[in-house]
Amino acid sequence: MIRILRQIFRTGIVTEPLPDQVTREIQAAGLKLEAAVRERFRRSITIRQVDAGSCNGCELEIHAINNPIYNCEKYGIHFTASPRFADLLLVTGPVTRNMEIALRRTYVSTPSPKFVVAVGDCACTGGIFGETYASLGGVDKVIPVDARIPGCPPTPLQLMQGLTRLLDGADTKK
Amino acid sequence: MSILKDAISSQLGAEVRFVEGYQHPARTIFCIVPQEKFVDAAKAMKKAYALLAAEWATDETTFGRGYGIFACYRWGHEYLIVKTETAADAPVFPSLTKHFLPAWRFERQIQSLMGVMPLNHPDTRPWIKFEDWPEDAWPLRKSFDASKPMPRVEGEYKWTKAEGEGVYEIPVGPVHAGIIEPGHFRFQAVGEDVLNLEERLGYVHKGIEKRFESLSWDEGYRLAGRVSGDTTVAHSLGYCMALESMTGCNLPERVHWLRALFLERERIANHLGDIGAICNDAAFAFMLYQMMRLKEMLLRTNHALFGHRFIMDRVVPGGVAVDIDTACREVILAELDRLSKDFERLVVIYEENPSLEDRVRNTGMLKPKRAREICAVGIVARASGLNLDCRIFNPFPPYDQYDRLELGVPVMITGDVHARTWVRIQEVRESIRIIRWILDNMPDGAISAPVAAPFPDKAGFAAVEGWRGEIIYWLQSGPNGELNRCMVRDPSSVNWLGLERAIHGNIVPDFPLCNKSFNQSYSGHDL
Repeated sequence: MIRILRQIFRTGIVTEPLPDQVTREIQAAGLKLEAAVRERFRRSITIRQVDAGSCNGCELEIHAINNPIYNCEKYGIHFTASPRFADLLLVTGPVTRNMEIALRRTYVSTPSPKFVVAVGDCACTGGIFGETYASLGGVDKVIPVDARIPGCPPTPLQLMQGLTRLLDGADTKK
Repeated sequence: MSILKDAISSQLGAEVRFVEGYQHPARTIFCIVPQEKFVDAAKAMKKAYALLAAEWATDETTFGRGYGIFACYRWGHEYLIVKTETAADAPVFPSLTKHFLPAWRFERQIQSLMGVMPLNHPDTRPWIKFEDWPEDAWPLRKSFDASKPMPRVEGEYKWTKAEGEGVYEIPVGPVHAGIIEPGHFRFQAVGEDVLNLEERLGYVHKGIEKRFESLSWDEGYRLAGRVSGDTTVAHSLGYCMALESMTGCNLPERVHWLRALFLERERIANHLGDIGAICNDAAFAFMLYQMMRLKEMLLRTNHALFGHRFIMDRVVPGGVAVDIDTACREVILAELDRLSKDFERLVVIYEENPSLEDRVRNTGMLKPKRAREICAVGIVARASGLNLDCRIFNPFPPYDQYDRLELGVPVMITGDVHARTWVRIQEVRESIRIIRWILDNMPDGAISAPVAAPFPDKAGFAAVEGWRGEIIYWLQSGPNGELNRCMVRDPSSVNWLGLERAIHGNIVPDFPLCNKSFNQSYSGHDL
């Protein structure tokens, strides 16, 4: 136990430890995001992530915004296990034919008002997988999309900035 | 002198025909047997203690032939590919499932996607192809038009059933609770004890193998890098090595070393993430956040030095897209010092935590015998007593300098969650050492070489040790020298079978922990 405590104190709070360029950007994006979340969603927004056919690259980066460096939770962004509690669906990957029904069901299960954000080049346009017998292409081919965050995969910073942009512009809740 | 070659020729005699000059690199042995001898060849391989590495089919109607069925066996450093042919009008082949368990899914896949029927296969349910696909949709056939969406039809998947007092089912997925890929698991349980687990995968089938056929040779590496996003270096490396073997490309020495550097960095980053996530699934969140911090440090350095956090698209046919200089070298060395200091402290905490130990020991055991049965590869195999590592058995420079590098391969025999974690921990240490060694000894030189176009009707093969395990690429050129077929075998294609076996005798709440300790790729499996 003593070792654990020592390691915790030795590590300290790693979230934005230094005022270098990157951490300033994270903080700027984060604070803006927090303001938007505070105003529009009563201080917290709950996200359900849906992999509709991704290669797992985008998932790794979405994981990364939860790590202690980016720590999105401190801006009121929380990931949930069920679409029933979600305000926002974060959808990755070209929608595969085999995931189409599951994605539609998840969308229907999410209570309104809700947002859908397509994350990654594949979710935006189908990417390198295109539109084939197995891949239907971008997420907007299956469910309505409110915002897109391109990148292969988008970096954690781009993800945070993308979410800010959406929430900034989200003046009318559906 | 080749053990496998001798084994197959002594069993089949004149019936086996060894073909020279078709399969590249030349050390991969290639032979053709008549259809009725396909099973005998498998028996001979089994007798020689070989494992089945992959089984796949090709549509060779554009060559004026029928369909080809290939089985690739591995023993130590040897790979032997056995091919048999079947007519285009009634495509069938004898099933190998009775002799090699992983053939069970390989053959269901061949049947579902290529429409070549395995005879005497115990399970004719489709795999990856869902019940709502038209029955005659065989996407890997050349006659199939991949650009059109398929209509949905009525159909039902037949699940394994369990009956009896108190037996109940838990369906999980395809959309899981965490930020992970989709797949379906169905448990039959009594109380908390798992009676049976049945996996159903295929949800992220993007038609990758078919997509390869519409790309040119020099575009393929980008698609290969997106087969499984966490293994992007190893997958694009597999593709590039298979292609380079076909074209006889002579790579500058430095290219290999840089590729090895990327490969080891990818290994460390993913292992760190996994060790943290395994502990987190045993409710020890402290470790997750510490490991995520270390992983993030590595990814940021990747971004700064190589221009991409996962080093995606940096391994290209004929070389690498980015070089390092002395300044980069210093950055990496300094980072490794910090990493290894913090990592060792965390390993002590992992070892000395009894409540964690209680969860990870004797949980999700995959016995060595079972691991051999399913022909497991990679970390899963090494945690269950199988000493397999392409870096040792099928090396490219610098791994081939055994006496100077002295690469250590950790092998455990308990096959539980702890063993899989411990193998990862030791591999992180070893990879840190390898990177330091690479940086100290890397030769100077160019970082790319021109790649010629492959000749028509040739095949290329490569096996690369990604962080999950052995990745196999097999490429075939068509009648005009175009990309005719690209077979991808991610380690997950065989290791998923291990999870179904390891869960027996465990309780339902331990499933996430077991699953995380395997951490197989859905995308790499479904393709």
